[in-house]
Amino acid sequence: MTTATTKRRRLVNLRNFPTFTATSWAVLIFLYLPLVYVIGYSFNSGRMVMIWEGFSLHWYTVAIQDINIQRALTNSLKIAVVATTLSTVLAVLASLGLVRMARNGKRIAWALIGIPLIIPEIVLAIGTLAFFMAVKIPLGIFGLILAHTAFCIPFALLPIRARLSQLDAAPFEAAYDLGANDREILRRITLPLLSPAIVSGALLAFAISIDDFITSFFIAGPGATTLPVYIFGMIRSNVTPEVNAISTLLLLFSGIVLISSYVLNRVRR
Amino acid sequence: MGSKMRHRASAIAAIAAVLALSACGSSSSDGASSGAFPTAGTGEVHVYNWTDYIDPEQLKAFTAETGIKVVLDTFDSNETLLAKLQAGATGYDVVVPSDYMVAQMVELNLLQKVDVAGFPNGKNIKPNLMDVYWDKGRQYSAPWMYGTTGIACNTVDPNCAKITSWKDWFTIGAPKMDSLKDQVEVVSAALRATGVAAADLCTTDKSKYLAAQNLLDGFKPAVIDSDSGIERVIAGTSNIRQAWNGSAHRMKAKVPTVEYIYPKEGLNLWADNLVIPVGAPNLDNAKIFINWMMDPKNAAAESNFTGYDNGITGSDAFMAADLKSDPAVIMPADKVALATPTPNCSKEARDLYTQVFTTWTTGQ
Amino acid sequence: MTAINVATESPALQNEQMRPGQTSPRLALPTVLFLVATIAVPIAITFVYSFLSTADIGTGVKWDFTLSAYRHLFVQDKLDGTTAFDTRYVKVIWNSFVYSAITTVVTLILSLPIAMWIATRAESARNFLVAAVTLPFWISILIRTYGLRQLIDDNGPVGGVFHRLGLDYHIIYTPTATVIGLIYVFLPFMILPIYASAERFDFSLAEAGYDLGAKRMTVFRKIVLPSIRPGIISGIALVFIPALGSFLQSDMLGGGKANMIANVIANQFGQSRNWPFGCALSVLLIGLTVLFVQIIRGISARSGDQVNLV
Repeated sequence: MTTATTKRRRLVNLRNFPTFTATSWAVLIFLYLPLVYVIGYSFNSGRMVMIWEGFSLHWYTVAIQDINIQRALTNSLKIAVVATTLSTVLAVLASLGLVRMARNGKRIAWALIGIPLIIPEIVLAIGTLAFFMAVKIPLGIFGLILAHTAFCIPFALLPIRARLSQLDAAPFEAAYDLGANDREILRRITLPLLSPAIVSGALLAFAISIDDFITSFFIAGPGATTLPVYIFGMIRSNVTPEVNAISTLLLLFSGIVLISSYVLNRVRR
Repeated sequence: MGSKMRHRASAIAAIAAVLALSACGSSSSDGASSGAFPTAGTGEVHVYNWTDYIDPEQLKAFTAETGIKVVLDTFDSNETLLAKLQAGATGYDVVVPSDYMVAQMVELNLLQKVDVAGFPNGKNIKPNLMDVYWDKGRQYSAPWMYGTTGIACNTVDPNCAKITSWKDWFTIGAPKMDSLKDQVEVVSAALRATGVAAADLCTTDKSKYLAAQNLLDGFKPAVIDSDSGIERVIAGTSNIRQAWNGSAHRMKAKVPTVEYIYPKEGLNLWADNLVIPVGAPNLDNAKIFINWMMDPKNAAAESNFTGYDNGITGSDAFMAADLKSDPAVIMPADKVALATPTPNCSKEARDLYTQVFTTWTTGQ
Repeated sequence: MTAINVATESPALQNEQMRPGQTSPRLALPTVLFLVATIAVPIAITFVYSFLSTADIGTGVKWDFTLSAYRHLFVQDKLDGTTAFDTRYVKVIWNSFVYSAITTVVTLILSLPIAMWIATRAESARNFLVAAVTLPFWISILIRTYGLRQLIDDNGPVGGVFHRLGLDYHIIYTPTATVIGLIYVFLPFMILPIYASAERFDFSLAEAGYDLGAKRMTVFRKIVLPSIRPGIISGIALVFIPALGSFLQSDMLGGGKANMIANVIANQFGQSRNWPFGCALSVLLIGLTVLFVQIIRGISARSGDQVNLV
């Protein structure tokens, strides 16, 4: 049996599973309809989000000129850039070091790294708030960077770790046989082979940091309001299509990051 | 206009009576500041205010006049503000607590004693707001907006006619009701509705709280949130709201059928304040900011934006006509006696408030 | 998608041990120390604070050892002077549990068809569809929840349908809205792991069963289901665990009522000003989470499936 016939036959058959196609389309629509709403109503000329009054780019002008949004965006970017850099460096170090770590040490290290993925964010957020208060770290950008770096590490680490486990031993053994020392192997072979995964991980960390709400909400301090925290305030106090406009811009930004990561993955393959 | 002004005068007199709990006469004269008052500034002033409670245009005007940039962050309750300050948010220069919260912050040594009354514009503080219980002689705080917490009702909803008291509010069981998410406001209203006198709102008699809790048991509003909700009122998804009078005023501007109800058991009169927290990095800029806001013209502009009356003498002249003629903002003479200050309770009473409020919100 | 194993070690890692060019374990030290300071210490503080008393004034804690925060979870000193079993927080915990369970079941029911469907598309369509399901991972949950709120608002399309049908029915600001929000946000977390399993499934097996005359549901139950079970178990873990501790959906869609554990925790650090109690609830939430991870680990160990948590 050739692969072509297998494929055709299976397609035919599984399409016959009751309502699979219809359900799938419904699920996709459900996933995207709210985003379509956010984007669609960002072009509403009226003040009320849900009452369409005509097409306009007015709220984009408002959002772009809104000094508070500019400030919040600057904060978000500052935090995300620094937290991404720190978490990526720490993730690379961890991924390299953990390979040869003793079994128990490795277990503890992985448990620590995995905690932000499993424990509800609000628990870590209030724990961090209490910690900062106890050791007198002022609430603000610095504290936010620390907290963001912590929960970005696992996201930066995952692609690197996945890549590391796929690496073929051959180039390493060849280099070793040719007399390269560990340091040279690291610089000339390991890091270049890992670099797409490192970039992938960094992008993921960046996206996680820039979108974070809960932690930032609890430990934001003077002049350290991030964009999601600011948007949350807007949603609570005075919802205008400006919220939709700034959200759309953020969606666009996330899309660009995703596409970059996708392109990188393709290049890697 | 004459009768309106008289109402206004009597309102002020009544507020004086309720807010100035002490008659002891420390005044601006004995607290003159030693150094010269800063005039021009550079850099920034970090302001931490309630959401949607300051006019962005005014902030631009402030920057244009003084050269000081304003960095604004917002909070949603007095408790959040306190939590942030206590948790070590030391970068704010000006924050905006309500009356009872100023008292607690002073007690916790979180505020700077800067002799606000001695500021150049300190003379503009309305005399009745000078010797307030939370800050006698205005050593720590400048008056900001003040108002009441009542009920805003869109009269297209037939239920409005049936609500004249907090008891009605809690028992009517109408749809499209929104409650504030504020334990002091919700629990004190429930206490009033169950017959507790205004002077007794800080009681530690548990049976009083039990009655309030029983009343709250049957009260299931659609939303419990302190957001402004104006959009929801315009859209008709929220008709009956526990509301601050200024937000009622702003609702009326959009939906003329909205009315502000003074519940007959009485309602809380609150007064917000501008204060400087300990550790403010830009002390001089904070003083300049507060002084600037005590200018009658600027205070009036803020009133026009927020929809509340303010504590600055002479600001009336610059206030919008619709604000001055709104019975939600300027209390009608027959309602003045209903307004009593927001209770500033002991820890024991506060814990009871928390208990009742938590039971209610978790029982929804 | 990359993954963390529920099992502590994967075979791949052991294979790496012998490779030349590896670096000293000391390289991992800065990361471990950093995480101890920013993750382990805050959790330890949460644990310690849960045994302290509330501050007399303001927020924070008083260094006065007590079990009252935990007692407060279950016992209420009622206002009439009696002491009774307190159902309030048990109810909140129960709510969180039920909402998460409903979310898990509904996302599972919705994800099985779409995961199978995507797995059976031609490769180009498959890549596109996987990207379409992955995209929401990259979008702020805040914005997604806000979008959903517009969709189910009384003035939105859903409210419009009810209105046109003459129904006085509201979804927004009800527990139903919270659950819809959870389903919406966590749906991709269920679809992707099931898809990952389904993609590896050899569909000729299903063909064979089908050709031998088995009914479609029988084929699904007896042949397909066992093969995609690891994906299902991963999906359940990835949806149920975060749903249990979710905050935004209940806050933004549920009308500000403290219906889920995370909302009650948040309240303790705001309005209610009871840090020890907030910490005790956090400890409880950590306990529930760990318990559930252990259950999943047990199930996966017993069935021999390799289960991944993203």
